[in-house]
Amino acid sequence: MTQLALVIDLNVCVGCHACVTSCKQWNTSGAAGSLMDDNPYGKDPTGTFFNRVQTYEVGEFPLTETVHFPKSCLHCEDPPCVPVCPTGASYKREEDGIVLVDYDKCIGCKYCSWACPYGAREIDEKQKVMKKCTLCVDRIYDETLPEAERKPACVLACPTSARLFGDVHDPESEVSIAIMEEGGYPLMPEWGTQPANHYLPRRKTRIKIHEDELTRVDNPLKKEGHLPETDDGPFLEDSTSW
Amino acid sequence: MHPAFSVIFLTTLIGTAQGLFLALVTAQTYGAIGALPDQNLYFYSFGSLIALALLVAGLVASFFHLGHPERAWRSAAMWRTSWLSREVIALPAFMGTVFVYGLLHYMDWNPNLFGPNAPPEGELTFLVGLVGVFLCFALFVCTGMIYACIKFLQEWNTPLTPLNYTLFGIASGFTLATAFSAFYAPQLVAFFGYWAITFTVVVFLTRAASLIRNKRIKYRSSIRSAIGVRHGQIQQKSQGSMGGSFNTREYFHGKTAVFLKSIKWIFLVLVFPVPVLLLLAGINTGSTVLLLLAFIVQYAGLIAERWFFFAQANHPQNLYYQTI
Repeated sequence: MTQLALVIDLNVCVGCHACVTSCKQWNTSGAAGSLMDDNPYGKDPTGTFFNRVQTYEVGEFPLTETVHFPKSCLHCEDPPCVPVCPTGASYKREEDGIVLVDYDKCIGCKYCSWACPYGAREIDEKQKVMKKCTLCVDRIYDETLPEAERKPACVLACPTSARLFGDVHDPESEVSIAIMEEGGYPLMPEWGTQPANHYLPRRKTRIKIHEDELTRVDNPLKKEGHLPETDDGPFLEDSTSW
Repeated sequence: MHPAFSVIFLTTLIGTAQGLFLALVTAQTYGAIGALPDQNLYFYSFGSLIALALLVAGLVASFFHLGHPERAWRSAAMWRTSWLSREVIALPAFMGTVFVYGLLHYMDWNPNLFGPNAPPEGELTFLVGLVGVFLCFALFVCTGMIYACIKFLQEWNTPLTPLNYTLFGIASGFTLATAFSAFYAPQLVAFFGYWAITFTVVVFLTRAASLIRNKRIKYRSSIRSAIGVRHGQIQQKSQGSMGGSFNTREYFHGKTAVFLKSIKWIFLVLVFPVPVLLLLAGINTGSTVLLLLAFIVQYAGLIAERWFFFAQANHPQNLYYQTI
């Protein structure tokens, strides 16, 4: 079984919102019609986004860290939003595990958005249907694109390569290895939704210096200082031609 | 959660209609065994008409909640998994049964299916009423479970939710039946009235239980599990947009804590003590105005109760939307 997903490296994300704008650009230009943008340059702008980057401050000044946190649909393996849909418009694809909404069947009752603990679903207030991240399903299988571009728009746009895309069920895939080796974790594991998307934690690069490494153990004088002078006698190089 | 008046009217109106229908069938059952005087047919048919009108009004209100009401017929499809879909099936089925029940009474078409000498339990209207009672309770369960089945809305995720929906519906329905019978069957006023008081007292106990439960709730999600950072001090600095979004509108009631608290006390007064006193006064004085007032006050209180029910629920997605 394939389960496509994103792995987002919080250690690398700089919070530039390139994934947000590229997502919006790709998904507002697709066959499903535009994503709602109301009053975008006005006083009270609002709109539908599949992906948002939020910012958190961890710790207390001066020991603080800024965590930029991109959030989109996590394509849960046990998605709570799917069984509650009364029309079957919300579904999880068997073949690749992407959770999708059939915009032609959706009645806009918003019940699925109540049933998502992550707030990943946003209603399009112009089209009156529920929308959410599709993992760029109209892009990743498009054979008219060069193979390197058959990835979600957000992944391609990320300037720091903080976003990885692949099959989390394949243990050899780049994403599985990243989850395994970098300590990838799911969000809100307490609800048993088994999100397919994973996040890689912030990591600090440290070197460990032991006490005895601060003094030279092979120090013949048992104290730090200039090394003893060598004899001024001839060197081997002076008496041999090789 | 943001309380939507479409859903508030849907749940309160159909609840009252269901309670009224149960009251009618109860009266017919008591009548059949001779415990209550038989009523003329118009009592049942006109009562069913009122219940049907409330159900239709609730259904109309629910359409205002939908983005695409013209596709509402599709929502019967997923009854295997979705309580909302089950409600969409149960509601019209119940409406149809109420219609047939009222029509049979109106046409006085009430043959005994088990022969002319069989006991009155075999009468057609009684059997249709029984089917209606089954559908009525199925509808109560569906309506309540729509909310109770979302496990991370911890205020709703309790058996008390469908129980309260059922009992609120029955209490308000019997209060309406009391007022209705004051016009069409005065000898039933005390019967319906005391049942209405009983159900109001019982639902006070179960609603108080859920209020106490919700006050002591320990939320399983925190900002730490939401973003997966193990630290005692995490503060949101931005939510990813300068303005609001669906996420900031749909899941917040947008009112102050004082407003929320005042709505709680308003519904606690309007749904329970005031109607009980008005019912007692109405039963003892025979005043139809007081009985009608009892229903109006209790229904107004129920709107406040339902508003509070939605507003009080704290969605875990709010953890991601704490500051602009």
